[in-house]
Amino acid sequence: ELPPKVKNILLLDSEGKRVAAKYYTDDWPTNTAKQAFERTVFTKTQKTNARTEVEVIALENNIIVYKFVQDLHFFVTGGEEENELILASVLEGLFDAVNLLLRGNVDKREALDNLDLIFLCFDEIIDGGIVLETDANVIAAKAGINSADPNAPLSEQTISQAFATAREHFARSLLK
Amino acid sequence: MNDSIFEISAFVQGCRSDVKYSPFMGIEKGAVLQEARVFNDPQVDPRRCSQVITKLLYLLNQGESFTKVEATEVFFSVTKLFQSKDTGLRRMVYLIIKELSPSSDEVIIVTSSLMKDMNSKIDMYRANAIRVLCRIIDGTLLTQIERYLKQAIVDKNPVVSSAALVSGLHLLKTNPEIVKRWSNEVQEGIQSRSALVQFHALALLHQIRQNDRLAVSKLVVSLTRGSVRSPLAQCLLIRYTSQVIRDMSNHGQSGERPFYEFLESCLRHKAEMVILEAARAITELDGVTSRELTPAITVLQLFLSSPRPVLRFAAVRTLNKITNFMSDIADEFKIVVVEAIRSLCVKFPLKYRSLMTFLSNILREEGGFEYKRAIVDSIVTIIRDIPDAKESGLLHLCEFIEDCEFTYLSTQILHFLGIEGPNTSDPSKYIRYIYNRVHLENATVRAAAVSTLAKFGFMVESLKPRITVLLKRCIYDSDDEVRDRATLFLSVLVGDGTVDTDEDSKEFLFGSLEVPLDPSEEAFDINSVPKEVKSQPLAEKKAQGKKPTGLGAPLAAPASGFDGYERLLSSIPEFAAFGKLFKVDPSTGEAEDDGVEDEYQLEDLEVVAADYMVKVAVSNFRNAWESMDEDLGHVDEYGLGPRESLGEAVKAVVDLLGMQPCEGTETVPSNARSHTCLLSGVYIGNVKVLVRAQFGMDSSKEIAMKLAVRAEDVSVAEAIHDLVSSG
Repeated sequence: ELPPKVKNILLLDSEGKRVAAKYYTDDWPTNTAKQAFERTVFTKTQKTNARTEVEVIALENNIIVYKFVQDLHFFVTGGEEENELILASVLEGLFDAVNLLLRGNVDKREALDNLDLIFLCFDEIIDGGIVLETDANVIAAKAGINSADPNAPLSEQTISQAFATAREHFARSLLK
Repeated sequence: MNDSIFEISAFVQGCRSDVKYSPFMGIEKGAVLQEARVFNDPQVDPRRCSQVITKLLYLLNQGESFTKVEATEVFFSVTKLFQSKDTGLRRMVYLIIKELSPSSDEVIIVTSSLMKDMNSKIDMYRANAIRVLCRIIDGTLLTQIERYLKQAIVDKNPVVSSAALVSGLHLLKTNPEIVKRWSNEVQEGIQSRSALVQFHALALLHQIRQNDRLAVSKLVVSLTRGSVRSPLAQCLLIRYTSQVIRDMSNHGQSGERPFYEFLESCLRHKAEMVILEAARAITELDGVTSRELTPAITVLQLFLSSPRPVLRFAAVRTLNKITNFMSDIADEFKIVVVEAIRSLCVKFPLKYRSLMTFLSNILREEGGFEYKRAIVDSIVTIIRDIPDAKESGLLHLCEFIEDCEFTYLSTQILHFLGIEGPNTSDPSKYIRYIYNRVHLENATVRAAAVSTLAKFGFMVESLKPRITVLLKRCIYDSDDEVRDRATLFLSVLVGDGTVDTDEDSKEFLFGSLEVPLDPSEEAFDINSVPKEVKSQPLAEKKAQGKKPTGLGAPLAAPASGFDGYERLLSSIPEFAAFGKLFKVDPSTGEAEDDGVEDEYQLEDLEVVAADYMVKVAVSNFRNAWESMDEDLGHVDEYGLGPRESLGEAVKAVVDLLGMQPCEGTETVPSNARSHTCLLSGVYIGNVKVLVRAQFGMDSSKEIAMKLAVRAEDVSVAEAIHDLVSSG
């Protein structure tokens, strides 16, 4: 009898490309194997609407829970004997923590701009496959020890980030 | 002017094409490794270094491979960053060390820095340094830091404690003898007030002791009595309890299964993951009895109707496991499973094929009457609700009656075939099955088969000749009823004028009669009988008064005169077997012309104001409103008091009045502060009524409503207002 084990956490974009992924077992030993798995998972879940509720599928002796927001697809995988609700609570903790860390703007662009937070977030939820924390507030607090003050002026950001923000604001006001 | 417009539009185009912008666009390993030289700067720039680390992590995460030399170089540079006191940077350093997985000779370089961090005042350093160290060290180093780890397990800060415990779980695989020495500290962790620390401690302690049957048993005993602080820990406990139960039965302990009560009590836990874990554990018990299974099944059934897809999925998976050992369990319990399958079919209509196959398979197996009836009812429900399933479903039923030992079921199915069969694409394929019953079965079934054949003949013009031939063969049957029916139907079919063939007669012959002679436990519902299987709460399900969803669902039939009754009753297979209709005094057994009085208990019926109103929708509310006389209306304003949400207030008023919301106005957008609801209905006395209800919610959630009522009779409008002001 073992404690609940997570096999991987995946964050894919709306084309199925990897934004961030962490694997905790040797089920997919090479990067090719990992990519193949990600492609399969993405294709099998693409057409579902997992935006309001956590959804679940069984795939290749695994259970995968998932949720989508904007152009990001979140996945958490466990073995087929695993308790689906435990996996779901890990997913929800991850999802809500990312939402807190990205201050409500959860999309691929924001995730890439804050990839360090995403990596830290993964690190605070699972350690070697074992559930470390499921409370989103706690996860975000532990991962966000690094992040800039929400009211920080633009100068705190890197040059490229500042440019990106400016461009975005300008574009948005033009396109209104 | 034109130039600026051109510039602006080019800029906008540039912005739009940034859709594929990524901060890592064009990133290249060599360039990043060059950038990493900045780690060696005597004056470390924390922000810059953090960014470079992020890029390195990105590369590693994308599957970029680093040569041994490259990895070593990066690792060495990273270790220089321990000089910086920036906490953000330190976090990133911890992350990348774990990703680089340094070899044992490389590890030496960082050991002292990490050990220093393990004793740092900063909690985050302690916790993370432990996790990194335990990931990269070997046995010798481990013994050196052992005492720090033991201290960390009982650290006040739960994050530090969890870090040490989880690291212990990993280390147990490679260095079990060392980790086992930490039992006392881990035991303390189980008493921790922090829910997660308890969870981690429990996991570790169990792993340490798992080969000691007695120790695990003691652990389970103490915790099933004690306080478990998190759903995760409770799930662990359930798993360990199952293990103990298995061990005990393997060693020949008999009698009441130990710890079953604990598992069963977990079915009532407030966390769904615990309920699921317990239900699974129960279904996986060795030689589980139906009595033990029933509460688990009940709870899984409830999950089937949950709005959460994960719950439904989990319930289906677990129920599937059970159906694999159906043959081992008793009938009453099989019926519960069959009912669950039926609800499943309603929830997942696209899956009907596999569910139908399952049902027809178990129908063929051994089983008692109630059990088979439940299966047949389920198949019938599927046929009724899912048009695609009709043909295969009817065929399954036909195959069943070829071999059915229960007259009642055969006659019910034949009757049902008579209703549904003629509407299929190829009704003739059922004829063979029905006609065979005329030869092979007892009188009751033969009579039912004759009626069904006749029905086919009546409803399907093309089959008339063939049916006529078949019925002709039946007029020489040995049984009265069969002969009588065959003769009757033959005359009707051939149309030789000896029997009326108008619509009323057809209705008499082929319609069905519902005579509720048994006192029903449910109040008689005036509104039409719904045919969908709603998820019913436990109490309702246990009561026998189900709305007729199986073969008993009726149509109302007119009746006039004794002969009418006689014809009607004898066309129903169930009554055919009772013989001729007569009225008997039950005490003397003699027939009496006037019949005998009898009493039937009815449920108490509560009549509310809404019962005086019938919901009737109008398609164009505005037109209807304008067409009604304003003078025959009444307008007034009311304060409804504070409510949770506007939607709640609107629903309450709609339910109170019992009227039909029009044009989708019953849906209130969430967070709406005002809403207008349009209602229409017909009041007793055939009075048309229209209502315009304007709702407003202020900042203190007080609801005000302006109610405008128009009706064909002004007293009705006033009555509606009275209703609202008093309700």
